[in-house]
Amino acid sequence: MATEPTAATGPTAATEPTAASAGPRRAGSQRLRAAGWYTGLTALSVIVLFPIYMLLLHAISDPLSYVARGQPLYPVDVEWDAFTKAFTQADLGRAMGLSFVVTMVIVIAQLLTSTLAAYAFAFLEFPFKRLMFAVVIATLLLPIEVTLVANLQTIRDADLLNSVPGLSLPFLATAFGIFLIRQGFLGIPGELRDAATLDGYGHLRFLFRVAMPLNRPIIGSFVVISFLGAWNQYVWPRFATTEGSWQTVQVALRNLATDRPDQLNIGFAAAIVVSLPLVALLILFQRQIVRGLTAGAVKG
Amino acid sequence: MTDLPIAETSLPGTDAIDAPLGSSTRSAGRRFKDALLGYLFLLPALAAFAAFAYYPLYRLIYDSVHHQSRFLNRPPTYVGFAQLWDTLRSSEFTSGLGHSALFMLYSVPLGLVLGVLLAVAAHRRLRGIKIYQAIFSSTIASSVAVASVIFFTLVNPVVGYFKDVSWLSLDSPTSAMFSVSLSSVWQNLGLTFIIVLAALQAIPDDVDEAAMLDGFGPVRRFFRITVPLISPALLFLAIVLVISALQAYAQIEMLTGGGPAGATETLLFKIADPNGIRALDLRAGLSIGLFLLTGAVALVQYSLLSRRVHYGD
Repeated sequence: MATEPTAATGPTAATEPTAASAGPRRAGSQRLRAAGWYTGLTALSVIVLFPIYMLLLHAISDPLSYVARGQPLYPVDVEWDAFTKAFTQADLGRAMGLSFVVTMVIVIAQLLTSTLAAYAFAFLEFPFKRLMFAVVIATLLLPIEVTLVANLQTIRDADLLNSVPGLSLPFLATAFGIFLIRQGFLGIPGELRDAATLDGYGHLRFLFRVAMPLNRPIIGSFVVISFLGAWNQYVWPRFATTEGSWQTVQVALRNLATDRPDQLNIGFAAAIVVSLPLVALLILFQRQIVRGLTAGAVKG
Repeated sequence: MTDLPIAETSLPGTDAIDAPLGSSTRSAGRRFKDALLGYLFLLPALAAFAAFAYYPLYRLIYDSVHHQSRFLNRPPTYVGFAQLWDTLRSSEFTSGLGHSALFMLYSVPLGLVLGVLLAVAAHRRLRGIKIYQAIFSSTIASSVAVASVIFFTLVNPVVGYFKDVSWLSLDSPTSAMFSVSLSSVWQNLGLTFIIVLAALQAIPDDVDEAAMLDGFGPVRRFFRITVPLISPALLFLAIVLVISALQAYAQIEMLTGGGPAGATETLLFKIADPNGIRALDLRAGLSIGLFLLTGAVALVQYSLLSRRVHYGD
């Protein structure tokens, strides 16, 4: 880990043939080639992980003596209490609790609004259906970055700055979720609907007993992606809160990492703690995340 | 995911046994009930969109064509679309746009190339390749704020590891933007890697083998076979990265605060206006500008995607 990142090994890696394609006549060169690949992959890993390593280094080093030592690639005056201080001194627990509440409100609301709307678009006939679908999809052109100024006025006028509703209201519905779950619903075979019909299933029963269970993978992907998005938000919670005690974790990081030079390690430790739920999500739901992220890309 | 025309499936003779699902031969009453239920199901989403997507659009237009007195509590006075037009021609808009474009120029091509490089390197049968794949996708666990804190340890002028590297310096207007966009490149690396790898894995093995039998070398195989086959994914990523560049904010606030001398004040930074120095009508007008830009990107995406619609499975 303690090596400088070098980009030199990079470009050659892309142009070499795959290990599986090596000719059968040269087992030795094949082994050499595999060694080359491991070297290249490891070098790339070092580049990708180097920033994370630096964060760890800063989090466990005493900030002043680390700088005084000239920022080496090893920790200086190791002290682990930055992690506990992040909770006791910087009130990270409160920020994480708030972020968790806001995230859960957003995820549950998005799941509800998306599933219902997706069902309507997939299984129900009503006037102006195409127009309504366009109205939903067009909201992709109105992300929070565009509507920030006006939504802030709305929330301020409603006296909802520094509140859970103020932090979550603009995100209760999402065109991405509606589109994704609708695609899943449309994949349900017609025979299954016919069978459900013959069994006397109404719409609600079909939704909860057939459509949703059948699309558990897609809904799971959506929930994980929605959680990631809500937890990682920055711009809206940055401006929808004016009091420190209402800062979500991401916003709290800003003050922690920039305020006092002698306590920078607390901010860096906090950044690690804040990422842990996501690392856990990533490990537990790798398949769902990949499926959700690639939904629009590979299958077009 | 194929679109099955489920809604059109007709179920002759099922009306009698209370069959509401998708029957085209249902009664008028049934149809009315379906329509009612449809709108009932849409209502929560539509209400949320109306309040926090469409009403804001109206309000932005309203604010950008009215003059708001900053100090007196007077109602805003209408001054007309000329004010919006002036905003979109002002140096505030053009400089913000220029900075956003620079951010894009630095982050999009580099992000794409690095993502492809990682994906190509990790797309092979080797023992332990899953570990490398996990490492390469790891940056999706970091938020923009966390990525900014991480890059703080790299490029901050006081404590940054690379503080003496001139082309990464946050103190000079030209390198500051590059440095900031580099944090975006790193943060988006995981996403780019995952999507390109998925696209590579979707290519059947025999395509590559056939190209090899035809005497294609590895470089030619990559540019003539692989790149065209993963081009839909690359296009998708390019759009995602462009949008993410347009929406970059936390990196700038946390690493440079818009400086030095406003050199990293992107369009969104001016809209968000963390120091509270810009008037509401100006920020509303800039928001309209950002909206138009987002729309232009979407239009490009739509036209490119519909041109290659025959590629779809």
